[in-house]
Order: sequence, then structure tokens, then C-alpha cells
Amino acid sequence: MTRAALRSGRLTGLGAVFSREFKGYFSSPLGYIFIVIFLVASGWLTVSRDFGRFLELRQASLDPFFDYVPWLFVVLVPAVSMRLWAEERKSGTVELLFTLPVTLEASYLGKFLAGWCFLAFSLFLTWPLVWQVSRLGDPDWGVLLAGYLGCLLLAACYLAIGMLFSALTKNQVVAFILSTAATVVFLLIGLPESLEVIGASLGGYSEQVLLSLSITDHFQTLTRGLLELGSIFFFLAFTAGWLLCGMLALDRVKAA
Amino acid sequence: MSEPEHSVETQEEHDPPPIEDPDSDEISTEEELSEAREATETASPQSGEPDVLVEVDGIVKHYGPIKAVDGLSFEVRRGEVLGFLGPNGAGKTTAMRIVTGFLKPDAGRVRLAGHDLDRESLEARHKLGYLPENAPAYGEMTVRGFLTFVAEARGIDDPGPAVDRVIRTAALERVEHQSVETLSKGYKRRVGLAQALIHDPEILILDEPTDGLDPNQKAMVQELISNLSEDKCIILSTHILDEVEKTCSRVMIIAQGQVLVDGTPEELLQRAADDGVPGEGRLDDLFRHLTAGEVR
Repeated sequence: MTRAALRSGRLTGLGAVFSREFKGYFSSPLGYIFIVIFLVASGWLTVSRDFGRFLELRQASLDPFFDYVPWLFVVLVPAVSMRLWAEERKSGTVELLFTLPVTLEASYLGKFLAGWCFLAFSLFLTWPLVWQVSRLGDPDWGVLLAGYLGCLLLAACYLAIGMLFSALTKNQVVAFILSTAATVVFLLIGLPESLEVIGASLGGYSEQVLLSLSITDHFQTLTRGLLELGSIFFFLAFTAGWLLCGMLALDRVKAA
Repeated sequence: MSEPEHSVETQEEHDPPPIEDPDSDEISTEEELSEAREATETASPQSGEPDVLVEVDGIVKHYGPIKAVDGLSFEVRRGEVLGFLGPNGAGKTTAMRIVTGFLKPDAGRVRLAGHDLDRESLEARHKLGYLPENAPAYGEMTVRGFLTFVAEARGIDDPGPAVDRVIRTAALERVEHQSVETLSKGYKRRVGLAQALIHDPEILILDEPTDGLDPNQKAMVQELISNLSEDKCIILSTHILDEVEKTCSRVMIIAQGQVLVDGTPEELLQRAADDGVPGEGRLDDLFRHLTAGEVR
């Protein structure tokens, strides 16, 4: 996409919004706190004897890490997304932003991409785990890369969910709690236990339908090293759907 | 800033490139440019008819059962400073938000420098500088960082000189590396003004620009507005009638979303005298006379 296209069309102003937001994560303590908590928690869950048992498993794989990422993100991604619109609406800067020649789509996607790049950067900082795995054994690099791709797509989904709730309220704490609750629901409906219960009570194809809508199932497909187009498409469509709902919601409530 | 050539350059810089139909848009951009060139060269309050920069035609806005703006229509020309007055809840802020494109009206339309705000929203917004109520700004950013962001969002390729210019205009040199949240109310308001001026817009809309400032700061902002008014059109919402008498060339009082009176301060004072409005023959008296009972 050329610079001129970014400037003239529906995405006018995306670059400026993206760069302001991305830098914003590093100009407040929030970004650093997030990174430290994410790295410490993911490292501990991966190697702990009670959880990931990375060392005890004696396998050159990062499965113990990937198993806990969806649950860590449940708490951490809403912390990244909660301020994106709630703060803007509370402080009144939303009025400034939407009277600049910046479209709603551009500012929404600019903020989304900034948050996503920040999460990608945090994931990148887990490289010591990868380095340890390669030092201790001979890992399957394809599986590792697919796992990280899964983490990125998962982050996009959670972020899109969180942004909708951030757009709906001026209160960051409310945005955080609602986003966490919504992501937990999407994780839980994919667990075998919930599928069994729901399948038994609703009958028919409900179990298959839920499974196909389950973040957990599609994420596990990727972390197993299977680059299934269906799963990648699911994540992209799921994210796009939430982004679209968020834009529509923001357009309605921005001045309230 | 008041040099005609400079204004034209700025115009070329900020006019966005064509969107859907490159050929026809290019022609219209050319036309716009030559119009703008003519306008900057010929139009001044002294010579000939200044062009209409803001056209508001029958805008209506409801909030549930309440009609906040009820068929408001007016035009503002280059060189005019329009004081937009009304009691709290009269619909001033809603009207301003519609004129700046932040809110969509339920009916009616707005044109800014010839661009329809609904159909050519981005082009119209390029012509506009806006200081919202309470001068919101991103608190964690430095003054320079914030102004650079606004310049980038406005598509200015090299923000440095534009940022330097508005920092000088709004006298922000001392605080340019300070974060916005640490500034006093007066400085914050000036940062808000600086961002509204960064692209040297033809239309400037200021919502209560001097609210909460001390007398020195007020005088400074009023002087700034007077200096800018020559080649722009300025709409200014305020409660301070003293300020209106000092800075505005035209006054409009609205209540319940409708225009009550519209004229130069002198005309309004004359009208107050003719109607036998009690008091000392000031705008305050006319304002109270017209809007008594409107306060919500």
C-alpha cells in the first residue's frame, strides 16, 4: 500500500495513529509492566514442576509454553486493549481525533495494529526459551514457528474483542473485566469438558458447531504444527468480525 | 502566515490527492487551487466580497425526545469572527460538533470551504482547525510530540517547520519538551490552539477558548484570535460577553437550538437600546433579556 493511498482513502491517518499508539506503550509504565509480567509468568509456567514441566518432559518442544499462552493472554491482552478507546473517550481526545482528517476505520485499525505489534514484540522477547530448546535438543522448527503464528493470531482475536469493549465504555476497568470475561467464554466453550456437557444437553450437531467456533481447538491445531488454512481463516475472520462490530459500536457511541 | 503565497503553498500541501476518479478529481483540485489562489490574493475584509467559508443549512439534532439543535442555518465569511453565544444547554456545543463533523446531524447539511461535510468529509476537515471544549490533548505526550502527531495526521510531510511555527505563534517555547499533563490550564489551552493552527486552516472553530484562563492569558488568546482573523473565518463559542465585544465582528445568540439574534455587536447594542432593554446598554443585558428562562 503506497503512502498516497494511505493518505487519500479510507485509511487516511492510519500511519500517524499507529505510530502514536505504539510509542504510547513505551512512554508509560504500562508497556514495561506488561512485558515483565508476561515474560516472568510465561517463563515460570513453562518450567514449573507443577505446570509446564518443561525440563522434566525432556522434549525439544515448546508445548508447555504454548499450553499456557491462551490463559495468560486472557488477563494480559485486555490490559493492552482496555485503554485504546476508553481513555480516548474519557479525556475527550476522541473529539479531536475524529475532527482531524482521519477516518474511523484508519484510527481503529491503527490502534489495533499498534496493540498487535506490541504483543508481537512481547512474544519476540520469549526468544530465550527458543534458544534453550535449540541448545538442549533438536526441535522441529516448523512446529515452533506454527506455534508462534498461533500465538500471534490468538493475540489478534483477543485484542479485537478487547477493543470492542474499550469502545463501549469510558471506564478502563469495566473494559478490562468485560474483555476478560468474553475471552474466557470463548476459551471455555472449546474445552472437551464443556463440549461434552453442551453437546449432551443440546444434542445434534451443536458439539461440532461449537468446536468449529472454538479458539482453543484452532489454536491447538496450529501449535501441533499443522498449518491448516481453515484454522488460519477462522482466526482472521473472527478478528475481522470483532473489529467490524467495534467500529460500528464506536461510531454510534463516540459522542456519548 | 498572512503572506498570500505561503497560504497557497500550504493549501497545495494539504489538499489530499484524488480518491476514486483521479481524472475528474484532479481537475477539481486544480480548480480549487486556482480558486483558493484567487481568494487569498483578492479576498480580504477590505477588498470586495469575502467568500463564504462555512455554510450551515437547517441542521437538526435530537437526543431522544430533546431537540438539541432545531433547524439552525447560517453562513460565515472570510475575515469574520462569529461569536456563538447562548445559555448552557442552548445547543452550542452540539452545533459546533456538527459543524466540525464530529457529530452527524439528523437533518440538514454543512459545507466547509465548499466541501460537503458528509460527502467530502476528509477534504472538508482539511480546511478546518478545531479547538474542542476543555482543549483535550494526549496527556502523556510532550507538547512537541503532540503537535507533531497532529501534523502527521493532517498529512503534513515535514512536520518540523509547521510545529516550530505554531510553537512560536502560541508562545509555547518554554514548555515544548514538557508532557501535556504537567501543563497549567493556560498552556493546555494554548497547546489546543496551536494544534488547531498547525495546517494554517481557513476555518477556525474554537469552543470556549478562554474559559478558565486568568486575565493575562485571556488577553493573550484574544490578541492571537484578532491577529488571525484577517484571512480566516473564526467561530468562537463563549460565555464571556466582554470577550465578544473585544474580538467578534458578528454575534449570534442561540437558545433551544435556534437563532435568536444575529448581527454585529453594534447592531445588537442598538437593538437593545431600541427595544428598551433594561440595564446599562451592554451585550450582557441583551443576552439576559433574550435568554431569561432558557437556563436549564
